[in-house]
Amino acid sequence: MAKSSSQSLLDRFNNSANALGLVFMLPAAAILLVFLTYPLGLGLWLGLTDTKIGRPGVFIGLENYRSLFNDSVFWLSVFNTIGYTAVASVFKFVLGLILALLLNQNIALKSFMRAIILLPWIVPTTLSAIAFWWMYDSQFSIISWVLVKAGLIDHYIDFLGDRWNARISVVVANIWRGIPFVAISLLAGLQTISPSLYEAATIDGATPWQRFRFITYPLLTPIIAIVMTFSVLFTFTDFQLIYVITRGGPVNATHLMATLSFQRAIPGGQLAEGAAIAMAMVPFLIAAILISFFGLQRRAWQQGSKD
Amino acid sequence: MASVSIEQAQKSFGRTQVIRGVSISIDDGEFCVLVGPSGCGKSTLLRMIAGLEEISGGQIRIGGDVVNDMPPKLRDIAMVFQNYALYPHMTVRDNMAFSLELAKRDRQFIEERVSKAADILGLNDLLQRYPRQLSGGQRQRVAMGRAIVRDPRVFLFDEPLSNLDANLRVQMRTEIKELHQRLKTTSIYVTHDQIEAMTMADKIVVMRDGVVEQIGAPLEIYDNPANQFVAGFIGSPSMNFLPGILRRQSGVAQVEFGEGVTLPVPRAATGEDGQKVIYGTRPEHIDLVDGSDGVPAEVVVVEPTGADTEVFSKIAGIEVTAVFQQRHEFKPGLVIRLRPDANRAFLFDAASGKRLLA
Repeated sequence: MAKSSSQSLLDRFNNSANALGLVFMLPAAAILLVFLTYPLGLGLWLGLTDTKIGRPGVFIGLENYRSLFNDSVFWLSVFNTIGYTAVASVFKFVLGLILALLLNQNIALKSFMRAIILLPWIVPTTLSAIAFWWMYDSQFSIISWVLVKAGLIDHYIDFLGDRWNARISVVVANIWRGIPFVAISLLAGLQTISPSLYEAATIDGATPWQRFRFITYPLLTPIIAIVMTFSVLFTFTDFQLIYVITRGGPVNATHLMATLSFQRAIPGGQLAEGAAIAMAMVPFLIAAILISFFGLQRRAWQQGSKD
Repeated sequence: MASVSIEQAQKSFGRTQVIRGVSISIDDGEFCVLVGPSGCGKSTLLRMIAGLEEISGGQIRIGGDVVNDMPPKLRDIAMVFQNYALYPHMTVRDNMAFSLELAKRDRQFIEERVSKAADILGLNDLLQRYPRQLSGGQRQRVAMGRAIVRDPRVFLFDEPLSNLDANLRVQMRTEIKELHQRLKTTSIYVTHDQIEAMTMADKIVVMRDGVVEQIGAPLEIYDNPANQFVAGFIGSPSMNFLPGILRRQSGVAQVEFGEGVTLPVPRAATGEDGQKVIYGTRPEHIDLVDGSDGVPAEVVVVEPTGADTEVFSKIAGIEVTAVFQQRHEFKPGLVIRLRPDANRAFLFDAASGKRLLA
């Protein structure tokens, strides 16, 4: 009697789509909780305390944020982060799109070229950052050496010692690293556009520029929105390139919010303050996601029939 | 409107020659159908006329102008694609207006043309819709509307009906033909469907392997196929081919098929005694006869279609299809007697496939 009722309970469980769905969701939910929700919650909490390394803190409300508000280095890092993201993203988009359009043509060694393009993306960031650091070195820079030998300049460029030179240098490194992602993703988007649309447009009298302007670009916008959202998020939270090439220098000129957060929290020992800086990035990231959310909304032409 | 003349046109992709010296002349206002099995080069030829493929040799003229090196936009042609190729991000109205807007025509002119085309095709209620919101038949109409608004010299159709279901295909076939009768624009239409070719064309061009096999009016091709390929390709169900040996002895000409079965040689057929030949007879030209007339045939399958009855049987071991307007219920294995109409049968050379005709 008892056996049959427990069996029927198991049967009912096995046949319930809701119960099974819940069970199947558990592993993913557990991973998200442990690796995303918990660190985020911990960061939020630390930002509201006065924790230092080696000393558990107490709750101090918004005190950390109040002091950051009057901290000029923090505001400099905000300025740097926004500028870094804006400039690098624009270049990555333009260059990545041009590269994607080129790779979409019938060029010689097509698959080889596509593989080559991916290289900067495959190499570990720290390694390529070290290479850039060496290229930007004030004494051994190959860029300066080439320009001097070519007679274009007469003394070595101080890439990382000057504020604006350093900023430009890290932006260039970031662009170099980010282009493959944009180019390959946009290339995938380009390949979903039916060639017969271009043929139809050719017969309709469109020039190559008009084909891009009226066919390629509008059909690519949904992909562009996704790709650029990701690109902006990656760039905004960038840490490795800066930390290896400049460590935020000279005089904080290249500190991003991510590097400043780390700098204050770990080497500086001010865990709470670092956490507060990290949390201060959240509103910017949410803004970027919201912009892309509206940009990503399905356009009327993508929607199915509504008869 | 214009005539189109193709002179010794050739096309190769690398070493593969896909069009080998094709010459066709299409009169002003004519509806010409290029038909052939897949891979015969008919679509490539159409794309060469459109300017989407380069011409490797020979000449193509539209209205007297050689267009070999002319870009598509200057050829004044419009094309309807197999997959319609409608711009998915533009409304029906914008799809149709696109070419005129590129040509910088004034707004009023564009609106006039678009609404006229929409009237003709019954698209007035759909102008603000996107292609995704349309049914297959409606998309097809928009694709034609896009061609019509331009009022081009030539319409090119690349298998425009093959993405539609059977009923819609028959309906659109009629619509396209009506449209042509109304607009009288020279049209070149590519299809692999010989029924489309027969029903729509003023002139059929049968192609195979990059070569023209025969050019003619539909019934002319049906009644007088130039060779075995054309005879088998045009007509449905397709023509029966019975391999046999021609005998011309003591004034009697007949074809021997083995098992002692012979048929009289078709009227006006040539050929020598002992020559290996193919005897061709259309299923609709076979009569069911009694007594000792005709030849014996063992019934294999009977397929009633309602309107008529298709009987598959074997004459001297060779499968033969016959279509009768009467209804018959033959049991498989039953031996009936069939008599092909000697006046409408054909004889082909077995080796070359050429028609043996005096």
